[in-house]
Amino acid sequence: MSLPHPNPRYRLMGDRSLLVELGNEIGPEINQHVRRLYLALETAPLEGLTDTMPGYRSLLVVFDPLKLTPTLVQAHVDGLLQEMDSASLPEPETHQVPVVYGDEYGPDLAWVADYHQTTPEAIIQRHTATHYRVYMIGFTPGFPYMGQLPQDLVTPRRDIPRTAVPPGSVAIAEEQTGIYPVQSPGGWQILGFTPLRLFDPARHPPALIHMGDRVRFHAIQKQELRQWQQ
Amino acid sequence: MAAVKVLQILASGPLTTLQDLGRTGYGAFGVPPSGAVDAFSLRIGNLLVGNPDHTAGLEITLMGLRAKVLSEMVAAITGGDMQPLHNGRPLPMWEAVLLKPGDTLSFKVAKTGCRAYLALGGGFEAPKIMGSAATNLSTGFGGLGGRALKKGDLLASHSPHTHLACAGNRLHGAMVPAYADNWRLRVIWGPQEADFPQAAKTRFLKDTFTVTSESDRTGIRLKGPLLPAKEGLPTSIISEGVIPGAIQVPGSGQPIILLGETVTGGYRKIATVISADLPWLGQIRPDHGVKFEAVTLSEAQKALQKREGTLSRLREQIGSRPICTQGTTP
Repeated sequence: MSLPHPNPRYRLMGDRSLLVELGNEIGPEINQHVRRLYLALETAPLEGLTDTMPGYRSLLVVFDPLKLTPTLVQAHVDGLLQEMDSASLPEPETHQVPVVYGDEYGPDLAWVADYHQTTPEAIIQRHTATHYRVYMIGFTPGFPYMGQLPQDLVTPRRDIPRTAVPPGSVAIAEEQTGIYPVQSPGGWQILGFTPLRLFDPARHPPALIHMGDRVRFHAIQKQELRQWQQ
Repeated sequence: MAAVKVLQILASGPLTTLQDLGRTGYGAFGVPPSGAVDAFSLRIGNLLVGNPDHTAGLEITLMGLRAKVLSEMVAAITGGDMQPLHNGRPLPMWEAVLLKPGDTLSFKVAKTGCRAYLALGGGFEAPKIMGSAATNLSTGFGGLGGRALKKGDLLASHSPHTHLACAGNRLHGAMVPAYADNWRLRVIWGPQEADFPQAAKTRFLKDTFTVTSESDRTGIRLKGPLLPAKEGLPTSIISEGVIPGAIQVPGSGQPIILLGETVTGGYRKIATVISADLPWLGQIRPDHGVKFEAVTLSEAQKALQKREGTLSRLREQIGSRPICTQGTTP
């Protein structure tokens, strides 16, 4: 069965990558098209393609400019978009992510509760009630951008970003939630901590959570961390 | 074959890392390429000492590396001119030289360029992670334990002795790149040039930008005329994949040339540096001037072929000397 596909918009990013835009908004449908194209390219690679980066609404296709031209890449992508078939899509994985919320594990939980004029418990309840879609991986290795947050959890970024967010921090910003896999600077509001190891360079694939996967958070007590960390 | 200790680091300078041509194919997992910022210089060095292109060498930033040689080996120093010394005497660059145990190598401050590369015949031993030995400093993996070199580090190689006959290989003087203090970088517009008013695009090409001291392996930060997006547009865009050379303009209106330590970004890219000029990004340093010149795709392709021609000519020249063995690196 063929699914309707959007009209792609192609933009050059230099002489060795082509940005394929499949829409201009953040939403599950466009992102699903991006995933289909990304997976189609994985199964039908073109000699000379070196990398692909799926985004919210676009796929960046990187190639060796000595072997390929943007015209050839575009023709290949056009062909794949014509043939894309829903049946060929592997099921996305669903990850149950344990989180210790609040206190030293979630230093912004109290602020976020105040902001929404509710209790930390209500914030936890809202954060754990939704199945999130992983729109893309980026910023740092293995960092999943997930959405959408329920409307009553949409929260601005911190005024002053932290210079070092600890690995495992589960955070929210605007309509998104994410997990910091490695220590990095960051301006998102940290609600909790997960003991899951999201990025391990020695593992294959190195990222635990992939673009297109689903994530559901659940609250655990800090006494339970030890069993998860084994 | 057991590894042989080849170098002991006596002083690391501000930043010296192991880098090869970087890791490709892991962008969907958020893994950036890393690798030599001036990949051209590293490739020349590897050719001179008989290594495959993708062999890891040392990337020395600005100054200060000192090292003691522990084994007989050949090495080539390419890239920025830090006036390298061999036992206190000037060491020729862009040439494979024979080094003996007990020798010392030292680097002063870069007279030209920003990064020097030390390629060792037989390569440095470092585990390949996702197909590359490149050091990723921000996440802390690759190279030597995911970190910069420090005093006391011992570096090893599997096969330095099989490359000794490469000594004497050199790049013809006419092919040695000349580094400026004022750079002209060729770009292709986009992908979001249409979001900038004509006045900003004109200034982007006409004016000279200055490289700020906040520049590092993640990006070259420029100061110059402001490049605001068209009125009414939000500061950021929906995040998307990026490549090294993409010139993003955040809310400050001051452009940043991205390097190989990130795979996504949420700011507009007014233009992207062409592949032929990417190596220059490794030699631009704070206070240098940068001017941009817009070219067409076909001009970019011709420029790249011309640059690759230098490597092919060197490859032919060295290939005619079969004593310099190829492909023995693990």
